[in-house]
Amino acid sequence: MATVLADDDSAAVSREQTTPEAVVVRFAGDSGDGMQLTGGQFTLSTALAGNDLATFPDFPAEIRAPQGTLFGVSAFQINFGSTDITTAGDAPDVLVAMNPAALKTNVTALKPGGLIIADTGEFTKRNLEKAKYETSPLEDDSLAKWDVLAFDISALTLESVKPFGLGNKEALRCKNMWTLGLALWMFDRDRAPIVQWLQDKFKKNPVLADANIAALNAGHAYGETAEIAGPLKKLHLDPVPSPAGLYRTITGAEAVSLGLVAGAQLANLPMFFGGYPITPASAILHNLVKMKEFGVTTFQAEDEIAAICAAIGASYAGQLGITSSSGPGIALKGEAMGLAIMTELPLVIVNSQRGGPSTGLPTKTEQSDLYQAIYGRNGDASLPVIAARSPADAFDCAIEACRIAVQYMTPVILLTDGYIGNASEPWKVPDPASYAPFPVSFLQERNGADGVLPYKRDERGVRPWIKPGTPGLMHRIGGIEKAIDTGNIDYSPAVHQAQTDARKAKVDGVANSIPDQEVCLGDTSGKLAVVGWGSTFGPIHQAVRRARAKGLDVSHIHVRHVWPMPGNLGPLLKGFDNVLVPEMNTGQFKTVLRDQFLVDARPLNKTSGQPFTIAEIEAAIGAFFDNIPGNEGGEVDADATQLPSIKAVNP
Amino acid sequence: MNDMTPIQTTLKDWETDQEVRWCPGCGDYAILKAVQRTLPEIGADPAKTVFVSGIGCSSRFPYYVESYGFHTIHGRAPAVATGVKLANPELDIWLVTGDGDGMSIGGNHTMHLLRRNLDCQVLLFNNEIYGLTKGQYSPTSRVGTSSPSTPGGSVDRPAQPCAFALGSGARFVARGFDVSKELSNVLKAAYYHKGAAFIEIFQNCIVYNKDRFEDFAAPKGAEGSQLWLKNGEPMLFGSEKSGGVKGIALDVEKLTLKVVDVVDGDWQAAGVIVHDVTNRAVAHMLVEMPFGPFPMALGVLYDDPRPTYEEALLGQDATMREGKEANLAKLLAKGQTWTVEA
Repeated sequence: MATVLADDDSAAVSREQTTPEAVVVRFAGDSGDGMQLTGGQFTLSTALAGNDLATFPDFPAEIRAPQGTLFGVSAFQINFGSTDITTAGDAPDVLVAMNPAALKTNVTALKPGGLIIADTGEFTKRNLEKAKYETSPLEDDSLAKWDVLAFDISALTLESVKPFGLGNKEALRCKNMWTLGLALWMFDRDRAPIVQWLQDKFKKNPVLADANIAALNAGHAYGETAEIAGPLKKLHLDPVPSPAGLYRTITGAEAVSLGLVAGAQLANLPMFFGGYPITPASAILHNLVKMKEFGVTTFQAEDEIAAICAAIGASYAGQLGITSSSGPGIALKGEAMGLAIMTELPLVIVNSQRGGPSTGLPTKTEQSDLYQAIYGRNGDASLPVIAARSPADAFDCAIEACRIAVQYMTPVILLTDGYIGNASEPWKVPDPASYAPFPVSFLQERNGADGVLPYKRDERGVRPWIKPGTPGLMHRIGGIEKAIDTGNIDYSPAVHQAQTDARKAKVDGVANSIPDQEVCLGDTSGKLAVVGWGSTFGPIHQAVRRARAKGLDVSHIHVRHVWPMPGNLGPLLKGFDNVLVPEMNTGQFKTVLRDQFLVDARPLNKTSGQPFTIAEIEAAIGAFFDNIPGNEGGEVDADATQLPSIKAVNP
Repeated sequence: MNDMTPIQTTLKDWETDQEVRWCPGCGDYAILKAVQRTLPEIGADPAKTVFVSGIGCSSRFPYYVESYGFHTIHGRAPAVATGVKLANPELDIWLVTGDGDGMSIGGNHTMHLLRRNLDCQVLLFNNEIYGLTKGQYSPTSRVGTSSPSTPGGSVDRPAQPCAFALGSGARFVARGFDVSKELSNVLKAAYYHKGAAFIEIFQNCIVYNKDRFEDFAAPKGAEGSQLWLKNGEPMLFGSEKSGGVKGIALDVEKLTLKVVDVVDGDWQAAGVIVHDVTNRAVAHMLVEMPFGPFPMALGVLYDDPRPTYEEALLGQDATMREGKEANLAKLLAKGQTWTVEA
């Protein structure tokens, strides 16, 4: 039986007759409750319904944290709607809380008047204690500013799967499907793809498939009943107008993997991927092992250093060497990156950034490895750095990283982060034929009068790629300084000066092969440019859109090529009175911009392990427009659980 | 070894135009010559031969061999070599390392290369000292080694490279020393072993650890101090001149090796063991056999091939590729998709 504990007519957002443009739903439960799975399937159904979407999975570092505890809460947020969606949303409209701990850690983020769906079956004395509640929040008035729909999901699930004779523990595992069923009803979604997915997933155990489907259907049916009884309303969001074509959802880790495969194909090279398990980068290795038919060899090395060194060895032997890790692993790879820089071999290094330093926040997101990427090696060791702005963008960035690596005989770092890696968004499946190929040609014959000159540079300063096994071109390379052209050991003063200059000029020259910096939104000069890189794209874009809608003179510039930067970026920034750089670090790109262009870039920093909310950036934009009409700051309060985060801008 | 067609070359063909920059009298010269003498004998193809090294005196080796060469970073040669071999299994890989490079900073990679059984020859030059950094004690230095970093003598017990190799799962373990005439034969045996072949080569650092191995390597008394192992032959050493012919026998009571006297050539009567290169248990005893009470065990101590890593990995990849089409457009459109109509 349903117990509707809160029934305040005025507060219910979900009761509004007008359909909102977008809705934010957060599923939160114990890390064993299958919330990521629920979120993932809800995402799929949302995509299939034609809504645009962005997601934010947020889970603890522990595989199975103690049940019911505050730190064991796993959450999945999705923002979807009929307009362009570029962030996972600031404050949820709906919170599904599977236990007291999930409620406690997530409820403050909920919009006033938002809907809480809670499983009373888990609000036991013991679970309340674990969540540090003295009294049940469902029974005092602490949740008064929200709509609460609390009922015993556990019991209803058990009831629905009774015919299948499962044990109590197994039966309760179907709770997430029951909840998903209810959510599918709320947003008028088709159950068929989920049923299909369950049948595939439990192919070997049809009873479990049937039980989960029964739970899904029961949750869906419950919606009908609850609509009559309480604050629950069915909500239909129209599909977003999108360009015609074939779509799928994609996570950043998938996009990177596919982009690397595409890049190797465009270079006409077999790919060698050396990896070592690390969160959140392992997903790329897991994806690539399933793509062997594309000439992919994967090697799980004994450590991060061996992973990159083997990739360098493979590049030396004529394949496209790739390695991937997260901050701590990238630190270990630093010396080997120097070797690839010195020997001038192509290599792609993917860094799925996480919170640092040291072990830091393995499952949370941050952009704090920018200095490491641009500067973090011994010696003058410049290499190109590219940053992906979204899961879908990671595909193009991975191809671009491969292109630069083979065309310039250099290691390239591709930066993504935990947020991009795990989040998913709809992706218009590209036609591989629409990408210009960049096939590699290896040196086949001697390029010098007396023999082979492995370090003879072309007009771009690039040396030839010579595969061992090629008759007559035997030569030696190494990390020690080398003579011009021949590559023989030579560390005389003039040679080191010349080779240092040549290596720097080569990497600087990459700027000639990249597109000019565009302004993604707004004018090419004006009062304020908000400059971002990487996964801050979504919140910056929405904040700038909202500010512009209010008439504020603000533009959004998002930099993909963070090193070397596009040639026009400096002049472009100088056309703005102010430059604001929101980053999930303590101001790294801000420093790079100041250094490179002598612009007075101001920082907006956040290092809470959570992405920026739109409101946070909107508020920071507002600070530049004091006493200017239209400047009211953020429309929605910043997520309280994400504080303290904003120091705002330095006035 | 790899399966390349034998090529006719001479020692000269394997010399580069680079001036060799080791200290005059360094044992590395003799090893270089032994390698350059061996390569023509095995019919090696310079274009398909790759020397990969780490950092240290020994690791300058690739610059002096007219083949492909990669002088990498400290300790990581095994990892680089793994990538080279997996990318092109047709290449014959010679890995040159030292006691510091291969046993200390790169110990982890040495272990995993041997465990995986990557097809290559690992030449570990053991001079029991850090030469290039001016003489600090190394992981193979004997207890009490006085050095710039251990003026009071080193206190930690040395690692034993061959025992380490065997313990890591190596299927070929051999020993030689720089000026030995037998070194070329050991190199050949390593080459013909399919899989990771580990050779410890005692090398005289004449500047920082001069004559460290003289007690067994000196020509004088060599008969009595060197046990050259030959498959199928009894483990005999010494002569009447050196104080009698002796042999290695098994002490059945203690399950250890012992030295026995051989009278009138009757080694069977003395219980001398016949060397079987595939006997892993005896190999474990040979690599641990202390010099002094015993002679120095040299030559091929163990040789029992197993399938190699690159065969297994690339073979599995080939199986996984079977019947699958590399269609990028299809790969990108995998999973659940939907179409937006125009």
